[in-house]
Amino acid sequence: MTAQQKATLKKLGPLLALVAVCVWLAFMSPNFLTVSNSFDVMRQVSINALSAFGMTLSILLGGIDLSVGSILAVSSVLAAMTMRGGHNAGLAVGIAILAGAGMGSLNGVIIAKGRVAPFIATLGMLTLLRGVALVLSKGSPISGFSSHIFAMLGGGYVARLIPVPVVLMLAMFALFWFVLTRTVFGRHVYATGGNAEAAKLSGVNTNRVQILAYTVSGAMAALAGVILTSRLDSAQPTAGAGYELDAITAVVLGGTSLAGGRGWIFGTLVGALLIGVLNNGLNLMGVSSFYQQVVKGSVILLAVLLDRGGKT
Amino acid sequence: MKVTMKGISKSFGPVRVLDGIDFSVAGGEIHALIGENGAGKSTLMKIISGAYSADSGSILIDGELAAIRSTREAEALGIAIIHQELNMIPQLSVMDNLFLGREPNRFGVIERSRMQAESASWLGKVGARQINMNRAAETLSIGLQQLVEIAKALSLNARVLIMDEPTASLTEREIGTLFEIMTDLKSRGVGIIYVSHRMEEIFKICDKVSVLRDGHFVGERLVAQTSFDEVVNMMVGRELKERFPKREGSLGPVRLKVDDLADEGNIAGIHFEVRAGEVLGVAGLIGAGRSEILNALFGVNRRTSGQVLLDGKPLSIGRPADAIAAGIGFVTEDRKSQGLVLGLSLRENVTLVHLGKYARGGIINRKAEERAVKKLMDELQIRARDAELEVKALSGGNQQKVVFAKWLAKAPKVLLLDEPTRGVDVGGKAEIYHTINRLAAAGTAIVMVSSELPEVLAMSDRILVMREGRQAAIFDAKAVNQEQIMTAATEGMRAS
Repeated sequence: MTAQQKATLKKLGPLLALVAVCVWLAFMSPNFLTVSNSFDVMRQVSINALSAFGMTLSILLGGIDLSVGSILAVSSVLAAMTMRGGHNAGLAVGIAILAGAGMGSLNGVIIAKGRVAPFIATLGMLTLLRGVALVLSKGSPISGFSSHIFAMLGGGYVARLIPVPVVLMLAMFALFWFVLTRTVFGRHVYATGGNAEAAKLSGVNTNRVQILAYTVSGAMAALAGVILTSRLDSAQPTAGAGYELDAITAVVLGGTSLAGGRGWIFGTLVGALLIGVLNNGLNLMGVSSFYQQVVKGSVILLAVLLDRGGKT
Repeated sequence: MKVTMKGISKSFGPVRVLDGIDFSVAGGEIHALIGENGAGKSTLMKIISGAYSADSGSILIDGELAAIRSTREAEALGIAIIHQELNMIPQLSVMDNLFLGREPNRFGVIERSRMQAESASWLGKVGARQINMNRAAETLSIGLQQLVEIAKALSLNARVLIMDEPTASLTEREIGTLFEIMTDLKSRGVGIIYVSHRMEEIFKICDKVSVLRDGHFVGERLVAQTSFDEVVNMMVGRELKERFPKREGSLGPVRLKVDDLADEGNIAGIHFEVRAGEVLGVAGLIGAGRSEILNALFGVNRRTSGQVLLDGKPLSIGRPADAIAAGIGFVTEDRKSQGLVLGLSLRENVTLVHLGKYARGGIINRKAEERAVKKLMDELQIRARDAELEVKALSGGNQQKVVFAKWLAKAPKVLLLDEPTRGVDVGGKAEIYHTINRLAAAGTAIVMVSSELPEVLAMSDRILVMREGRQAAIFDAKAVNQEQIMTAATEGMRAS
């Protein structure tokens, strides 16, 4: 086997793991491999996948975005307030996503211009924005939206079969794939994450790349927030707590390096699906939620250890 | 002590990197090991120092078969290696580095006084008693750090010392000091294996020279009985026509004019002109402010004064992107940390600077990109299986050509070169010189910083000599010799 074949095989490792888990669950539970359950799993995955796509950018840059859960909550509250104020769904979604992008760009500016480590900058924003969500909502859920269109975002179907969030997830996956592999911005993300100094000396505006990446991450968290709000028909100021860890898990399971410069969006999608499939399968098998955590944690460690083992 | 390697072979996967190598070094001799990048020198040195094990063959120490399975075992047998990239923990003190992993202690508490006394004695043995052993290693110059490493090797009772490109980042004066110490070690019976690309040094300091080519042992010669040409022929396996190819073409009008350039404390009062088609060499000791001129011109370091005119028009350069937009390119000194994104492919590195040229609306035209990369690979004779290979996997010479290629996707008006052939073998150097000449002939103005005086003398039209952050002199390259340059670079400095 040549080095290149080995590298390809290693890259496909997460996908093989996903297939293996699916086959195993199909034997264990007859309900697992049905069309409706498959789409159910994907719908549950979509919220994590969307924020994980954004997270992939910050991690490719050698950074991290811990604030996605809080951004999700603020955006969700803002969307709900707009809806409750009698405005239409389009405006609510627009405000939420713009706000998410705005909060993300603030992360980016603090990191790029303020030269603060991403971990610290977004940790601060995690706490700050959770507070903002509580302030805006006065600490209570905002529920009951009359808009049919808004309800469609989380609960609707395309062609009476595919849930809208799944379509959004796949569309965003395709977009991220394109951006990361085919555009100047994508190339600059890999270059900056791989060696920021060399990138800067090659004329890459590394500050702009960073700011843009965190902006996108914020917008994706907001999109996830909109879908969650629509699904629940309610905005919770405490929503999304801990989501950043799920997103990071998906990215890392997908083989993207926390050191930056190496990784791909397909891996993130697979990573998110792997987590979702495990959740769903363990539920179907009636495993207690306590043991589910033990199993999930073990799978994560195993996957990462196998990944390390592939290196020499 | 005599170390003899017999019939050493080693393969990585299907690739045989060493094939039946015989090599030996005896106490009291300095034995050069040379070969082009990829010839197998590093692998051989890794085997003798225990980092790799050979597939076949044997290592004998004073005629007895020795098993070296780890660097620890090699050290215990008296074989130590000093790597090109030094192995120090920058924040720890000199003394802590010397005794790292074997600190004299009593129940886990370090015995400082004993450590101090021993440090002083070992540093004295390499003529580095003046080093304050409580200073953090990172505050020492590379030259001094290297002496600390040698002291460490001696303290491990090394009888055979392997030095991998030890002079690559040293100033002329530091090299002088190093050679004195090497000669002293030799007289005390230490054997030294000297791995280097610098032919002058081999003829100056070594007793024997062994040549590897493509994993084979080509031969061993006594330095006193061989010639420069013979060694180069053994190395490249062909007649190398000229070491420094001649340049055709004449000089054009002034391209780059620099007036009273100064940065934040490193350099001041720099003024020079470079014509289209001209190569201005910049010589001087390390730390004299040579690289700083390039960094200030390219917008890496902030300028505090000075005017830069390109083709008569004043430039305002605040950051590298401005310089690039004006048509200036910069081959940086350290290709691994500044020149390349090691994890990206050859293609992605080559097109990083002028990616916009192959993109429309931010979307890259992959076909156009691949075509351009292919063309540059041919032009610069970059040897790689294909353009999708990570640059990490390329040899030093090919990596350096990739750094050049980055700037040639669009013909630069001015090209700044900082140590353009560092760590590149003889064949690769000649190809880089060809590229420099070709660019000059096409009208590029070139400013080249180099620590290798023969290179500066042969490649430049004029030579600017720096001394302690100031411009000491500008010479016509045809009317000056090494001694005059060294005098200008050191005149008035304290002798030490």
